[in-house]
Amino acid sequence: MEGDLAYIGAGLAGMGTGIAALGVGNVAANFLAGALRNPSAAASQTATLFIGIAFAEALGIFSFLVALLLMFAV
Amino acid sequence: MATNTHDAGHGAADAAHGAADAAHGSSGMPQLDFSTYGNQIFWLLVTLVVIYMILSRVALPRIAAILNERQGTITNDLAAAEDLKAKAQEAENAYNKALADARAEAQRIAIETRAEIQAGVDEAIAKADVEISAKAAESEAAIAEIRASALDSVKIVASDTASALIAALGGKDDAKTIAAAVAERTEG
Amino acid sequence: MGKLVFYVALALVVVSGVLFAPEHAGLAIHPMDQFTVEALFGGDHVAWYTPTNVTLWMFLAIGAIFVLLVLGSANRGIVPSRAQSVAELAYGFIYKMVEDVAGKDAVKFFPYIMTLFMFIVTANFLGLIPMSFTTTSHFAVTGVLAVLVFVAITVTGFVLHGAKFLGLFWVSSAPLALRPVLALIEVISYFVRPVSLCIRLAGNIMAGHAVLKVFAGFAGALGFASFLPIFAISAFYALEVLVAFIQAYVFTILTCVYLKDALHPSH
Repeated sequence: MEGDLAYIGAGLAGMGTGIAALGVGNVAANFLAGALRNPSAAASQTATLFIGIAFAEALGIFSFLVALLLMFAV
Repeated sequence: MATNTHDAGHGAADAAHGAADAAHGSSGMPQLDFSTYGNQIFWLLVTLVVIYMILSRVALPRIAAILNERQGTITNDLAAAEDLKAKAQEAENAYNKALADARAEAQRIAIETRAEIQAGVDEAIAKADVEISAKAAESEAAIAEIRASALDSVKIVASDTASALIAALGGKDDAKTIAAAVAERTEG
Repeated sequence: MGKLVFYVALALVVVSGVLFAPEHAGLAIHPMDQFTVEALFGGDHVAWYTPTNVTLWMFLAIGAIFVLLVLGSANRGIVPSRAQSVAELAYGFIYKMVEDVAGKDAVKFFPYIMTLFMFIVTANFLGLIPMSFTTTSHFAVTGVLAVLVFVAITVTGFVLHGAKFLGLFWVSSAPLALRPVLALIEVISYFVRPVSLCIRLAGNIMAGHAVLKVFAGFAGALGFASFLPIFAISAFYALEVLVAFIQAYVFTILTCVYLKDALHPSH
């Protein structure tokens, strides 16, 4: 019973990765919109883009980790 | 929970797997098996130190040297190219100067030659003029002489004719009178 | 020609899927087994000095770095060979990143950052070889990398700026009433940095490899239709190659960003 609840929890935590995907898509979309407005400034900001994506994605990875913990370690 | 689900869920292989996990004393996630942390950390530190040594002692100085050398070569080549370009410019200038000089010289020689020729021509013309005037004077003299001799001949013929006329008319020719009369007539 | 080879390979995958389908198709997915640390020469007990598969793959990473950066540049050619131009590319890439992101005075940390990047990127790529072991998928490994960065940066900050380094947490441009709250948030985010560095790298790599294994499990269960998950694996593998590089890049550039904070805390 307790294990089944853990699986449900893992599924809920797994949704977090999808929500983080929204965040990553938001970062990339805004970068693209800005880059199309001012393409000359885009190349200098790719590092910032990757940092932003990394921060957004890290939180998704956190929830993925929680899901794994619930599945394998609880 | 891991062993639990494995046994409940799947077949013999999973049970064996669960047993192996149990033997390792770990849960289902090897990342959370703290008994292997010491091992991983030890070998990671060894690896990092080795890589750091390789990079800082050998690889990075060497690559930096290569890049510097290439930069140096490129800079040198650029400088040499600049040099050669300057030399080419110089050579072109020298060539242009030589060309202009040669042109001026040619001009000068042409003018000189023209002047020389003109002088020769002038001299020749002057000489010819002198010759012509000399010849003209000579001819004039000859003509005058001829004219004089012709006058004399006329006088002789006139006096001869006059004396013959006088003789024919029965007069006595007086040479003196005839000469005077002829002279009077031819002069007049 | 290339197209022909592609179609032949496609046909081979399908045919071999049909021929070698397991007799008893069953869903046997063990995505986490690939991360097991085990002793190389038998024995169940893993002591701190035991040579394990971690040791093997870390030493292979050292070997790869040695071949690429040392043997590759051995000719010292003015016109680089292929390996040498890759080595120069890696050097220039990280050097420029350190200089641009962390500033000119961070160049003395360049060998350390280069070590981090080369280790992570080679370990990630080596982990993508089928049947291999991915050292960077373990929290113990990435945790040590992150803590080393964290400690180095904190020590550098305090050595260079003393107590003024704490000004990093005191946002002087904010209204006075908000500053304590912001300071608390800044302190928490400062201490979350190593955690997030550690979990981002290991989590990304682990997730990717686990997904590959899950698809491989489908291939075992689907019998003659196993080529479908195999195509999915191929596509996902390409993504993983990208992720392997990007995670190394992100780890390195975040190190540079944190290093900039330590060198110039007022900015």
